[in-house]
Amino acid sequence: MTATPPDAPVIETRDLRKEFVVRVRAGRFRRAKRVVGAVDGIDLTVRRGEMVGYIGPNGAGKSTTLKMLTGVLSPSSGRVRVCGLAPVAQRTRLALRIGVVFGQRSQLWWDLPLRDSFDLLRHVYRVPAAEHAARLRRCRAELDLDGFLDVPVRQLSLGQRMRGELTAALLHGPEVLFLDEPTIGLDVVSRQAVRGFLAELGAAGDTTLVLTTHDLADIERLCRRLVVIDHGRVVHDGSIEALHTRYGSRRQVVADLDEPLAEPPVLPGAPLLRTEADGRRLVFACESATASDVVAGLARVAALRDIAIVEPDIEEVVARLYRTPTPVDSGAVQECSITSTAKVPGASAS
Amino acid sequence: MAEWTYRLRRGPAYLALLRGQARSQASYRTSFVVDLVSNVGATVLDVLTVLVLFRVTRELGGFDRTEAMVMVGLSSAAFAAADLMVGNVESLRQYVRTGLLDAVLVRPLGALPQLLLMDLPLRKASRAVFGAGVLVVALATAELAWTPGRVALAVLTPLAGVVFFGAIFVATASLSFWWIDSGEVGAAFTYGGRDFTTYPMTVYSGWFRALFAYGMGFGFVSYYPALALLGRADPLGLPGWVGWVAPGVALPAAGLAAAVWRFGVRHYRSTGS
Repeated sequence: MTATPPDAPVIETRDLRKEFVVRVRAGRFRRAKRVVGAVDGIDLTVRRGEMVGYIGPNGAGKSTTLKMLTGVLSPSSGRVRVCGLAPVAQRTRLALRIGVVFGQRSQLWWDLPLRDSFDLLRHVYRVPAAEHAARLRRCRAELDLDGFLDVPVRQLSLGQRMRGELTAALLHGPEVLFLDEPTIGLDVVSRQAVRGFLAELGAAGDTTLVLTTHDLADIERLCRRLVVIDHGRVVHDGSIEALHTRYGSRRQVVADLDEPLAEPPVLPGAPLLRTEADGRRLVFACESATASDVVAGLARVAALRDIAIVEPDIEEVVARLYRTPTPVDSGAVQECSITSTAKVPGASAS
Repeated sequence: MAEWTYRLRRGPAYLALLRGQARSQASYRTSFVVDLVSNVGATVLDVLTVLVLFRVTRELGGFDRTEAMVMVGLSSAAFAAADLMVGNVESLRQYVRTGLLDAVLVRPLGALPQLLLMDLPLRKASRAVFGAGVLVVALATAELAWTPGRVALAVLTPLAGVVFFGAIFVATASLSFWWIDSGEVGAAFTYGGRDFTTYPMTVYSGWFRALFAYGMGFGFVSYYPALALLGRADPLGLPGWVGWVAPGVALPAAGLAAAVWRFGVRHYRSTGS
């Protein structure tokens, strides 16, 4: 196995695409063939030790990208290298160097205690016993596994199982860890345990982390870099701050008044977003005006009881990002040809 | 590192998968025993069907009971062993439909061996033992004129048969990479093939016999080897050496099945999320 030079990208894709042919009903016996571009030309470079949040609305192509990076799906076109390897052609070699947690697809033996799964995985990944024991010891302490190591996986709670999955993905000391929605469905405590663990793992600096999530708190806590995709394309790649700047997400000033005003005040550079509590609470957005401009402007027209300044919310930014119209030619569905193919019962188009 | 040493080093990993499967099944001890017993049933029925036929007729397609039983033995020994080792590849359909194959593909092992070992139906072991038993009894009662060549043939043929049936299992299961509802189509060739090889080929006729026996090769794993073992000429007119071609049919079939499998894996689409 060739070691990648330290400064070489761990993940590199160029114009990566994945198209699916789906058949949709077009009359009683007719099926229309459509080509759907799930991933539509993604360029991505990730260097060693980075923690990348990969987000996008449902169906944006997140999981499809992850599956092409891990060798599960063959790309339709484009170039992809992970740890210097071609994921599909060199799938088994790559598998020794990456860890994967697909929330819905367990790596654990359903009927066996966690401890047995971990032991079997040591053989599957050919990990020297001492290394394996050291990593397991660390995971046991940090993920608090001791209480359920001897319970069959089928009897574990989702939170316990997810901690088990994380351990299973790390026991061979992967260079890259791919996580597909690692906190989905977890309660607050498990979610924090998983997040805290991943944060420490990332802070150590030698594991590259790529995670998809719908929970933006995961991203804020874990990832300095955020890649947002929509309709199979990258619409943002950079820090969270850069996202706020680029999409003009704004601080808000929330002002509580003694008495409602007869006329809503007009402040230059700070539009009124909404009025609450029968006009006693006003919410302004700081566009070109600063928060102090807003406060000063308000104080001239009303008696202020309280002032709060609210930092921009990443949820809101991302929601706006998803709604931003994409260029016309990136429409995900392209009608290619309509053929009247024989009806195939149950041929699912997933 | 040379490719073969790389592959060789995976041996212990596959053993671990087998161990995991054995331990998992042992966690349901009672049902395992019940399965073990009830699984002999299917093969017993195959044999009984043939024996019952000979209650109403003295000959079947020109062969008497002991001769037909050699074909039954070759067929059931090969099929039951292949079913034990490879038959479970049928579960591929479930893996593809649910996207569970993702979890298989992210491991550092071949997808097919993993699939076979992770779900190896150990309860079918009883059936394989019974199938081999049928062959031994059939060979013993047929009062063959044993020569070293015939001994070799009697060993080689069932082994080739296992490879051949295994290839059919893999090739038909691979259909589900493209077509998830392919289950019954696959069964037509796997179980249909077994049924075809159970009886002397002379009971079939026309295009059906030509397709299954020669087109797909089912004729070469039990009927023709049985003729060679019994020292009988082929009523259908093929020369005697055809009885020896089972390995020559089985190996290309295995190669073809492997190619279809590999092609199928590349076409795996997974599921949403």
